Amino acid sequence: MATKKFMYLNRRSSFGTVYAIESLEVVLIAAAFEQDVSLAFMDDGVYQIVEGQETDGIGMKNFSKTFHALGDYDINKLYVSKESLEERGLSESDLMPLVYEDEDDDWEEKPSIKVVTNDELKAIMSEQDVCLSF
Amino acid sequence: MKFAIQVNEGPYQHQAADTAFQFAKAAIENGHEIMRVFFYHDGVNNASRFTLPPQDDRHVVNNWASLDIKDAEGNPELVVCVAAALRRGMLDESEASKNSIDGNNIHPAFRISGLGQLIEAGIQCDRLVVFGD
Repeated sequence: MATKKFMYLNRRSSFGTVYAIESLEVVLIAAAFEQDVSLAFMDDGVYQIVEGQETDGIGMKNFSKTFHALGDYDINKLYVSKESLEERGLSESDLMPLVYEDEDDDWEEKPSIKVVTNDELKAIMSEQDVCLSF
Repeated sequence: MKFAIQVNEGPYQHQAADTAFQFAKAAIENGHEIMRVFFYHDGVNNASRFTLPPQDDRHVVNNWASLDIKDAEGNPELVVCVAAALRRGMLDESEASKNSIDGNNIHPAFRISGLGQLIEAGIQCDRLVVFGD
């Protein structure tokens, strides 16, 4: 099967609407298709990967832990908009420490998250074959 | 050109379903192929055969059915995500009987399947066009 570059663009926060969790479901299914997958987080989407989410008070499933599994599915390109973080008073240290093991580098643990400017994100987006926006 | 379409919003609430239909219709009329339309999020509600708009309004579900989008074997290629459908009370005959529920509401021009169908369409088509916010 042909390999294409798939990007999943996450623009909404974790809760309040269903888009974030149903986007993550697509990403996990997509992993089985051995495509070149990346995720982008911008606008309120940056809240999806903030550390320390707690959902007991709202009766929702806390699916944020699932992001830690992405590395095991070879999904290790998570681009986060620098501007979107700054607009919300957030920085990279507020995000979950998501990592993957690099098989080409003796399985060394490396960070999956890369904070990029919107201009850089635009360039990465333009290289994609398929961009799914949630 | 070979297109796949993804519809992320329900009918009557949001323009996305109508715009996606108009896009698909225009593409077919201009000699393009719509390989598959995939309904996700509230978009699964586009497949309800119980939809009854007032007589002077468009019928979004029948509009989709009128496009007659099928594969070579005649199976519908209007595909509804199973997980998104079941959690919103959209069932076909097989899911209804599997879950002991005494009714089903998926229009026969649609079929229920998994998210893999969306990814497959993204791989096989020249363009995947997403309709939603």
